[in-house]
Amino acid sequence: MAQITTSKTEPEIKEGGKLSIILSKGSLDMAYPAFMLANAGAAMGMEVHIFFTFWGMAVINKKTEASLEVGPDASPGMTTPMVKGAIRQLKIPTIPEMVANAHDMGVHFHACSTTMEMMGLKKEDFIPEVDDIVGASTFLHLAENGQTIFI
Amino acid sequence: MEQASQKKVIDSRGSFCPGPLTDLFKAYRTAELGALLEVWATDPAAKSDIQAWAAHTGNQVAETAEEKGYTRIVVRVTKKKA
Repeated sequence: MAQITTSKTEPEIKEGGKLSIILSKGSLDMAYPAFMLANAGAAMGMEVHIFFTFWGMAVINKKTEASLEVGPDASPGMTTPMVKGAIRQLKIPTIPEMVANAHDMGVHFHACSTTMEMMGLKKEDFIPEVDDIVGASTFLHLAENGQTIFI
Repeated sequence: MEQASQKKVIDSRGSFCPGPLTDLFKAYRTAELGALLEVWATDPAAKSDIQAWAAHTGNQVAETAEEKGYTRIVVRVTKKKA
């Protein structure tokens, strides 16, 4: 497992293109699309980066990774148990499984330094898949010349 | 560069997007050049997703067929990452 460092990750230029996702939400309905796109991109040979910021930090926080809930945008009556039940029934991977899968396929995980400070988080609070702690300019540099999606 | 084709079946039936694609990718990582990878999928997006994957990665879709209750997509590995 890669040790978390605060050093920059130099962008590797892959011929398959590049996908960068800014995940700013920590709900099930936001984490799933992010990881579905990330995992599909990695499978397509793309270099994939996810920048976790604001509530997106919940997805890489050891304490909350496995207990994400449906967010406030969900239609009324669509409760977390209902969504989780459907996910289980359809055998869709759980968020921790999606995260492990992404890491296995080479997706890079970046944590936002400012949000960490704001939330009083330390790198020890993160799941081991997190590659590094970066700032906005590092992310912009990593994302350069690729597709960027904000969630 | 073509070698005696080994065929590997990847049974992704019951798995949803991007499941069939990630299953294919995992098999692709260890496949030899020239190998045939046959994906079985029930996800209605699997065929177009795998065609897009092949176009993007420089591999070939050798055959697609609708079987009883699932789609069979055969991919020939024609390109491996350096």
